[in-house]
Amino acid sequence: MRRMSAKFLICLLAVALGCKKEQEGGGNVSGTDTAVIKVGEVGSMTGTEATFGISSHNGIQLATDEVNAAGGIKGRKIQVLALDDQGKPEEAATAATRLISSEHVTALLGEVASTRSLFMAPKAQAAKTPMVSPSSTNEKVTAVGDYIFRACFIDPFQGYVMAKFATDTLKLNKAAILRDVRNDYSVGLAKVFNDNFTKMGGQIVENQSYSSGDVDFKAQLTNIKAAKPQALYVPGYYTDVGLVARQAREVGLTVPMLGGDGWDSEKLYEIGGAALEGSFFSNHYSVDDPSPRIQEFVAKFKKAYGGQVPDSLAAQAYDAAGMLYDAMKRAKDITGPSIREALAQTKDYKGVTGDITMDDKRNASKPAVVLRVGKGGKYEFSGRILPEGMKETNPAETPRAGPEPKKTEGNTAPNPAPGMTPTPTQAPAPGATTSAQNAANTGQRQGVPAGEHSKK
Amino acid sequence: MVDLLQHLVHGVSLGAIYALIALGYTMVYGVLQLINFAHGDVFMLGAMMGWYASSRWTQEAAHPSWAGAVAVTLLCMAICGTTGFLIERFGYRPLRGSPKLNSLITAIGFSFLLEYGGQFVFGPNPRAFGALPVDPGDQFRVLGVSISYIDLICVGVSVGLMVLLNRIIYHSRIGTAMRAVSWNPPVAALMGVNVDKVISFTFVLGSVLAAVAGILYASAYRKVEPLMGLMPGLKAFVSAVLGGIGNVHGAMLGGLILGLAEQLVSSYVSSQWKDAIAFAILILILLVKPSGLLGKGSAEKV
Repeated sequence: MRRMSAKFLICLLAVALGCKKEQEGGGNVSGTDTAVIKVGEVGSMTGTEATFGISSHNGIQLATDEVNAAGGIKGRKIQVLALDDQGKPEEAATAATRLISSEHVTALLGEVASTRSLFMAPKAQAAKTPMVSPSSTNEKVTAVGDYIFRACFIDPFQGYVMAKFATDTLKLNKAAILRDVRNDYSVGLAKVFNDNFTKMGGQIVENQSYSSGDVDFKAQLTNIKAAKPQALYVPGYYTDVGLVARQAREVGLTVPMLGGDGWDSEKLYEIGGAALEGSFFSNHYSVDDPSPRIQEFVAKFKKAYGGQVPDSLAAQAYDAAGMLYDAMKRAKDITGPSIREALAQTKDYKGVTGDITMDDKRNASKPAVVLRVGKGGKYEFSGRILPEGMKETNPAETPRAGPEPKKTEGNTAPNPAPGMTPTPTQAPAPGATTSAQNAANTGQRQGVPAGEHSKK
Repeated sequence: MVDLLQHLVHGVSLGAIYALIALGYTMVYGVLQLINFAHGDVFMLGAMMGWYASSRWTQEAAHPSWAGAVAVTLLCMAICGTTGFLIERFGYRPLRGSPKLNSLITAIGFSFLLEYGGQFVFGPNPRAFGALPVDPGDQFRVLGVSISYIDLICVGVSVGLMVLLNRIIYHSRIGTAMRAVSWNPPVAALMGVNVDKVISFTFVLGSVLAAVAGILYASAYRKVEPLMGLMPGLKAFVSAVLGGIGNVHGAMLGGLILGLAEQLVSSYVSSQWKDAIAFAILILILLVKPSGLLGKGSAEKV
């Protein structure tokens, strides 16, 4: 009851705000072509996820400054209006409404978290304001409507990435899965991994589950060990994964573990410790990626923000903003429907996190990176995986083109074009190579850094 | 076969910790007929304090020493013992004459106070715990079964403490007084037993055991957070009821059964069923034997 009335109040407020602005802003909207282009940004600048919002904001600001320095879009400068949602979904919805109806923004950037993007998206869709989420990976976000886009890949893609990496780079054919049944993300990744790994000729020898928050995984791990897999896919979140890693070594399961971006936290190593070394997970971007595009971005970002290293959220936000501005340049005019049209046609946009192409569901089709957990918890770049059918920086190739992706099958990156260093894809970083070989060679006696824990 | 043995080893190790927590529930119930729901959170407090002490004393939790571990454990026992004493003194004692339901609600209140107060003070993020100088990965093998040193320590310390507890209850003056109070408090008082003191002692004893259980649990599973007492506390309570609440040996047996049931169900059925089946066992046993496995009508309580 209280909830309902609160929502009602917010609605009233939004309507009131909207009306007020309609009157005073009337002249502004119809204004001349030299007026600034307003872009709204919604993010969690405060609260428990403040780093998400701040990183993203820095990325967006950098992209905006660059465009403005180069003369803006169609002769107009861009102004970013950022609103804080404190990490609360309702606040995100209110902020979106405010930006649309009282600030008359042309487009929206945000949010990082899928939950909050899902609250914003209906507002953007209803107002025909294009919205680009930099890093919401849940599939449902862009399903809200045709004005909602994202600059990142969706959850299940990571399942494909790991299946590909395990098959092609690690040369494994027997894997086990341990998924978190209480988490859609984990279940989704596990399913896609399972399907693709099997399709690529591998075999899933054991399929086990747990519920997030569990602390004892020994029973499942003992069963997994008995099935003798060469790797264990655990697409969960970092706390659970850290514990799983420790207990895996405890029950004598020493094969490398594989996972997704849910691993990406400094807490991972704090909890899992040395047991995680030699494991791999897929992620959006890596600062260690030797690709010149990324190194150039890292340098620019550091210069702009006092030596701060951009995390993956900053890189994705930078790409989201860049992609939006690119679409604005191509659009026939600066209105919602035209920008939407241009965004939907985005093809091989050269983002720092890879070449971005919009698929028919408005999801970004772009490469993922695989990181290896090295000594002391340092993440080492170990390769880049392209979406099915996409060739690295080859504009002629449409991603997810058809049922038969050309010869790209079985090879991570067949022809790295000039401009791109072949190192990341063809030959993983030194650390990764050895571990990959290790994993492949010692597959028989199932152990990568064996001898460390067992038999004392 | 080897797998079965392996599951049994894990089950016994987990069960020993449940038993250690269950002892606190069962002793308090034996003396006061009160279910002290805050007990699971005293267990959490033990682990949390252990985390603070070990990260302060040994600088880096990665290089703990045995002496440090013993010092940390003793400190946590003292802190939890004091907490137990204070909860009883200021929470339960004033309500001793009032209906049982009032104390029960107070117990639930204390439980939430510790949980959410803990979230406020310690922060909700889980931390990695490493007070003991052994890693859960350190292990040896017997007949193909890997046994980690942590498992051994859990079982060893638990059994040691249970033997000690048995001696206190059945072979010491204060133990005799505890048993007397559990039989009939007014008569015990008439016989010269200081009932308040005995009840305080019971709470302190239970809380001290919970502190040790907290350190062991955190060392075995490596994670401490303010809500960590919830499930183990509940399961220990179930163990106590399973074995016959108020009965010390019953609590040990109950803990063991629950630990084994959990491990075996998650390995041979599914981990999603482990709690459902463990609790179904509880219901079945209580249907057949309402007073719990060892809870005879005439059994000595405490």
